[in-house]
Amino acid sequence: MTKEVLRVEHLNKFYGDWQALHDISFTLHQGEVLTLLGPSGSGKSTLIRCLNGLEDFKSGAIYFKGQKVETNSKNWQELRQKIGMVFQSYDLFPNFTVLENILLAPVKVQKRPEEEVKTEALRLLKRVGLEKYVNSYPRELSGGQKQRIAIVRALAMHPEIMLFDEVTASLDPEMVRGVLQIVTDLSQVDHMTMIIVTHEMNFARQIADQVLFLENGKILENTPGEEFFKHPKTNRARGFLTSMDF
Amino acid sequence: MSWQIITQSLPIFLKAFELTLWLSAVGIICSIIVGILCSLVQYFKVPVLHQIITAYVELARNTPLLIQLFFLYYAFPVIGLKMSAQVCGIIGLVFLGGAYMAEGFTGGFAGVNSSQIDDGKALGMNNLQLARYVVFPQGFALSMPALTANVIFLIKETSIFSVIAIPELTNTALDLIGMYYRSNEYLLVLVIAYAIILIPVILLLNYLERKVRYGTFGD
Ligand SMILES: Nc1ncnc2c1ncn2[C@@H]1O[C@H](COP(=O)(O)OP(=O)(O)OP(=O)(O)O)[C@@H](O)[C@H]1O
Ligand SMILES: [Mg+2]
Repeated sequence: MTKEVLRVEHLNKFYGDWQALHDISFTLHQGEVLTLLGPSGSGKSTLIRCLNGLEDFKSGAIYFKGQKVETNSKNWQELRQKIGMVFQSYDLFPNFTVLENILLAPVKVQKRPEEEVKTEALRLLKRVGLEKYVNSYPRELSGGQKQRIAIVRALAMHPEIMLFDEVTASLDPEMVRGVLQIVTDLSQVDHMTMIIVTHEMNFARQIADQVLFLENGKILENTPGEEFFKHPKTNRARGFLTSMDF
Repeated sequence: MSWQIITQSLPIFLKAFELTLWLSAVGIICSIIVGILCSLVQYFKVPVLHQIITAYVELARNTPLLIQLFFLYYAFPVIGLKMSAQVCGIIGLVFLGGAYMAEGFTGGFAGVNSSQIDDGKALGMNNLQLARYVVFPQGFALSMPALTANVIFLIKETSIFSVIAIPELTNTALDLIGMYYRSNEYLLVLVIAYAIILIPVILLLNYLERKVRYGTFGD
């Protein structure tokens, strides 16, 4: 049995009086990929943001590598160094070059030696095919390039888990494949533990070890990946897959 | 319109010009420093100081410089605090300008995209690092238009120094007109003198504004 990386127990989240997430529980093991699927507004972003403390929650618990997470800001700030996150908006810091964007957190937050991080940054940039943009500013890059660099920036922190929230949703179609390929490689080559929110069903089917299907803030299905796409248990999930042309 | 009147007045105007320039420069630089300090307090919500500065900004922005100067120059000596007219002028200008600058910077910080802040947090930054690497550089860029407007506003406000008898440009022009009744000539010189100060300042600030727009630096 592989090691448990993340466990969520009975998590409830409110925005004001309105409950956005209801009794969410799941477990994720090392090297596994969990995809969060569900219609717009079902709470996917809210859930993934709860997992690195960008949103607080009312009750329930999160366990990181078996340790219960103390949900104070100091502790989250420490923990976020081990939890990489990439967003839909692909905004790098516009006032820094590509290299500076990547070095910033490892050097200033983690206090690692700059030379070492730089070598690693160049290696990662090469891996995503963008080494020649090392001294460019974000505004000189396309959305897909920025998103690949945002992934590199998160990886340079040596995270133990990566969270992806619709990282291709705002990209032009021809950019999508390159970004998804990088995420796929992370799973297949590096065996990175990941939680992925996506509307790309082919990609989800290919990469998911486990699928959480959310609707109205509730988990309707928690199924092994292949199983979900072949034999969705609920009508809602069947309807969702149909609506996604799948 | 007589050229002779104009050329004869130039040495006096030159002195006044230097004084306006000097008072403006000192006033603006100090205002920017006060503004930055106040906006930092506001950003980090430093207890007690935060409330004091909120009150200060409201007070300074809602009273005319004229009244502030009268207070400094005529009322403070009554309680034993006597300062020269120029010191009063600069203090008054910085009291006013600091509040406007603080407001501008605070607005800039608040305008930084929340997704940028999420990015910084997700990278494990603490509040100080977030401020230093994300919010301030981008916030300053966003507050450049306000800064430009405030600088121009403060230069123009120095004309009010005439009420406490500082011999800056406006005061000098009014004096000369009072003595020689040649308003056309003196007003023309006055307008040109302000233009010589303001136009380069506007051009420079607009250039800086373009350079840092949207928090993008480096070209
Ligand atoms: N800050 C907020 N305050 C109040 N309500 C919010 C807030 N953020 C999200 N919501 C609400 O919570 C619900 C879930 O939103 P969320 O963004 O998590 O959905 P999602 O599944 O990610 O949708 P999408 O696929 O469109 O990204 C929505 O009804 C949304 O309107
Ligand atoms: Mg979302």
